[in-house]
Amino acid sequence: MSTFILLLITGLGLGALYFLVASGLSLIYGLMGVLNFAHGSFLTLSAFAGWEVGRRIGLDTLTGFLVAILVGAIVAALTEFLLIRPLYERHIEQVLVTVGLSLATVALFEGIWGPDPINIQRMPWLIETTTIAGAPVPNSVFIAIGAAVLVLIGLLVFLRKTRYGLIIRAGVENRSMVTALGIDVRRAFTLVFTIGGIAAGIGGVLASNYFGYVSPLMGGSLLIFAFIVTVIGGLGSLAGAAVASILVAVLQQFTNYYWGYGDLIVVLLLAVVLLVRPQGLLGRKAA
Amino acid sequence: MSEATTTSAGAPQGSGTPAIELRDLSWQVGGAKIVRGVNLSVADGEIVGVIGPNGAGKTSLFNLISGINTVTSGTVLLRGQDVTRYPIAKRSRMGLGRTFQTSSVFPHLSVLENVRLAAQQRLGGNLSVLQFPRRDDEATTEAYGHLATVRLAKYRTLAGNLSHGDKRKLEIAVLLAQHPALILLDEPMAGVSSHDVPDLTEVIRGLHATGSSVMIVEHHLDVVLGLVDRVAVMHHGEMIAVDTPEGIMKNEAVQSAYLGDIAS
Repeated sequence: MSTFILLLITGLGLGALYFLVASGLSLIYGLMGVLNFAHGSFLTLSAFAGWEVGRRIGLDTLTGFLVAILVGAIVAALTEFLLIRPLYERHIEQVLVTVGLSLATVALFEGIWGPDPINIQRMPWLIETTTIAGAPVPNSVFIAIGAAVLVLIGLLVFLRKTRYGLIIRAGVENRSMVTALGIDVRRAFTLVFTIGGIAAGIGGVLASNYFGYVSPLMGGSLLIFAFIVTVIGGLGSLAGAAVASILVAVLQQFTNYYWGYGDLIVVLLLAVVLLVRPQGLLGRKAA
Repeated sequence: MSEATTTSAGAPQGSGTPAIELRDLSWQVGGAKIVRGVNLSVADGEIVGVIGPNGAGKTSLFNLISGINTVTSGTVLLRGQDVTRYPIAKRSRMGLGRTFQTSSVFPHLSVLENVRLAAQQRLGGNLSVLQFPRRDDEATTEAYGHLATVRLAKYRTLAGNLSHGDKRKLEIAVLLAQHPALILLDEPMAGVSSHDVPDLTEVIRGLHATGSSVMIVEHHLDVVLGLVDRVAVMHHGEMIAVDTPEGIMKNEAVQSAYLGDIAS
């Protein structure tokens, strides 16, 4: 029973990390139609930034965490403003730019920090465990889950209750019509990219604490599963991304433990969803 | 340049700067001339119908006016200002509102949210990330008012779940919230049941009564002729006549266009 609980909760923790990446991807795709392959680099850079600050000024501070979020937000906003915006409505070129940025930044990170994972020092409390129904669960897992829930609630409140959220929801449905109302939808693009960068920044710090290391490739490996989660949940659907994150991560965790084919089962799940429900679990059918 | 057959009644009503003025407007795609040298002036407060057979270039003309397509040559003046190269959003902010042939509502937003979005854009404070729409704020109050004007009380219903006629009403409520100087209605009766046509006609009349100038593309000739001050007739991308409804009914070139032997 304790193994089941441990796998379930750590699966939820992994799902939380997937969601922090996938929420940004999903929002960006929903509004702009851009598959952002550089999103993993936002996460990686934020993780390194958080680690660099943490090791310099001490681990028992939130400064590293806040710097990581700031780095994620700024890098994402600059990416949108400098690289994506000039290619407005040219979706293939936008995708190619993000792929190029992703490859270039990974090489850059390897040049600066080396290609190998760097084990990080974590706050002792994060390594300690809390026993739930006999299962010793690392505290970092609870932090990841809590952060993802807060990000989900924050995004839902923002989208459903604020003026700008109304614009973004309308833009996800029909960008041209939002423009026809006189609204400069490009500002919404920058904001959505920035929000995605913030979520990736949070994800970067939490992922490095969850796994215990930082690596130039950590964003890319999380991005693959975040893309799968985004497609399974339904491109553009935040709630879909949340549900699919949990589904994918828990399934992956259990399968990995019992049979060792966690990644394979996730890809098979993706194939089944695409065959049976191409718009994803909570996505909308194309008109 | 198209030579529209106009009479003295074909001149725009009123004086001063026209709401919209099209000068020698053309649009070409590859070798195909879709709109050919159209000249038209719509006065402030005037309602003008644009009719013509399928493929005449009516919707293309609306797309050039609203900025969806870029003109090949010619000029679009909105309230005297050259907007030919302005993007859609800027033209909208300058007072140009339009509907489309297919219903142009946000299907997964509520009826109230559809109208509120347009109202908050016009009233300002749109960019506020932390400002929450409230039941008693100006944009919401205004949205309720416009929905009452078009007689649509299903505030919380998702727009996608409305009947086609109600969607058209919602589009007009959105236009009211924009307070546009010129409104382009592209086939507002398309897909609307005959039962709903008189009601929608009254709503359009009410829209015009708010002081906006209106251009309307519509295939229901009885609706157009009973609603407009003047009628502009297009055929093969040219504007072949602009006149009062009575004048248009007697116009031989128009009759030929509809019978299919304009070349004669």
